[in-house]
Amino acid sequence: MALSIIESCVNCYACEPLCPSDAISMGERHFRIDAKACTECDGDYADPQCASICPIEGAILDASGQAINPPGSLTGIPPHRLDAVEAEIRAR
Amino acid sequence: MELKVIAQDSPAPTGGCTSGACGSSTDAMAHLPDHVRKKVHNHPCYSEEAHHHYARMHVAVAPACNIQCHYCNRKYDCANESRPGVVSELLTPEQASKKVLAVASAIPQMTVLGVAGPGDPLANPQRTFETFRRIVDKAPDIKLCLSTNGLALPEHIDEIVALNVDHVTITINCVDPKIGAQIYPWVFWNHKRVMGAKGAKILIKQQQRGLEMLVERGILVKVNSVMIPGVNDRHLEEVSKIVKTKGAFLHNVMPLIAEAEHGTFYGVMGQRGPTKQELSDLQDACAGDMNMMRHCRQCRADAVGLLGEDRGQEFTMEKIEAMEVDYSAAMERRARVHEGIEAHRKTMAQAVQPTKEMLAPIGTPPARIAVTTKGSGVVNEHFGHAKEFLIYEASPEGVRFIGARKIANAYCVGPDVCPSGDDKGTVLDAILAALFDCSAVVSAKVGIEPWSRLEAAGVTPSGTYAMDDIETAVRGMYGELIEQGWAAKDLSVQAAG
Repeated sequence: MALSIIESCVNCYACEPLCPSDAISMGERHFRIDAKACTECDGDYADPQCASICPIEGAILDASGQAINPPGSLTGIPPHRLDAVEAEIRAR
Repeated sequence: MELKVIAQDSPAPTGGCTSGACGSSTDAMAHLPDHVRKKVHNHPCYSEEAHHHYARMHVAVAPACNIQCHYCNRKYDCANESRPGVVSELLTPEQASKKVLAVASAIPQMTVLGVAGPGDPLANPQRTFETFRRIVDKAPDIKLCLSTNGLALPEHIDEIVALNVDHVTITINCVDPKIGAQIYPWVFWNHKRVMGAKGAKILIKQQQRGLEMLVERGILVKVNSVMIPGVNDRHLEEVSKIVKTKGAFLHNVMPLIAEAEHGTFYGVMGQRGPTKQELSDLQDACAGDMNMMRHCRQCRADAVGLLGEDRGQEFTMEKIEAMEVDYSAAMERRARVHEGIEAHRKTMAQAVQPTKEMLAPIGTPPARIAVTTKGSGVVNEHFGHAKEFLIYEASPEGVRFIGARKIANAYCVGPDVCPSGDDKGTVLDAILAALFDCSAVVSAKVGIEPWSRLEAAGVTPSGTYAMDDIETAVRGMYGELIEQGWAAKDLSVQAAG
């Protein structure tokens, strides 16, 4: 059981000091979670700390590979709206 | 006749300072105790007058944040954008202190170092305080500041006091959690992400507690508020009253910046920012209760230089690594430069004596006058080189500062190159739009082509006041306009359009 950080991480450092297992470190391109050390904060906190402060939707996955913070859950921007606006900007 | 500019019955709003000197006719700082005036005397972000002379820098050491704001996108880093929360390169405390010493040595008028992000300084306490500790040791002649959302302020108050950080800015957008829920989707608190009004309530409580604790400890507090039309615009007058009562000494109401391409909630959802007039009206409304800041440039979290400029590109880490800095020699040089600035300020203050007389007969309409300057409080920038205009309003009661307006491109393409063909029209159109409410523009020099376009648009250009201090120039220009019997602009109607 371990969480993971993927390449959409923006390297903001917010998660790193919060990890009770010291499982998070700066990788080559983005922060990483050491799967052997990660406990998903079980026994320390009710919620996994990294996923509770991460500002980037989709950057942290649970053990099954699902985004803990899915699109729209943190910014409040409905995903279809974001897609439409991005398409409009590309078309300019 | 005694002029009562600050009096209750005066029609002129009382906020803001005059152009040249805060010791002059509409002195917004006059009521402050001496020790406070002394503290802000050379702080460009706290004193309108000081910002003509002294520079600041921000170091981007604080990437993490503990809240989300709807006007911020945490994915954003960019070399060209100029707004808060945006940086080019993140620095370690060691790199940051190197950069500070290099900048302080190259730009001796730099008096203030701030940590303002790109996240929240107090969500990165180790990095922020380690940076400050290094500066305190090596460069005791630099003032330290930080700018925070306030969530973690109470827990770090002792460290802030211990490091002698004597200026703190708190961004307070509301005191009502219901309004807060429309601005802050979540805060990270007590090991949990707390959403909506519940999160906003925690943030508001921490901000207010933090403000009180800072004031109790004698630390100067400026409050920033982002004006978001339809969300908190009607609420900010109340915020202003409350923070003033609690002892904040300056309130800075800033316009929301929201563009779809920034990828922020407000940008994507089409939330508009306020018009110049809406902003100015709200600042005037708050001014009855509070010192208002009107010279803020909403700078980047890695900005370097005078407020109107950003010299960050001259001080990338790559360039800094190659610089040799002898800071004790630099400190002596800095002290000499500061003495020179103070002598200049004294001369200027004497040149603009507080006026006992009206600038014009009562009932003469006010005129807004744009000024171009490179700093030092004088008219020393050519029209064609200006990338921003300082807007002043002259009225029979005196001169007051309205705000700074940026334009994307200066009229001239290069130092001596004027634009050609279509570009010329486009750039001038943008300048005329920025000066929509102005009756005159006062520059060190104005070229022939823009001169005639300005005149045709009802903006009288002038190069007569080159090297004069700004207040003298604005007073003089106002007199000229009156003599010419200028067509006064109805400022409220004009602006609403």
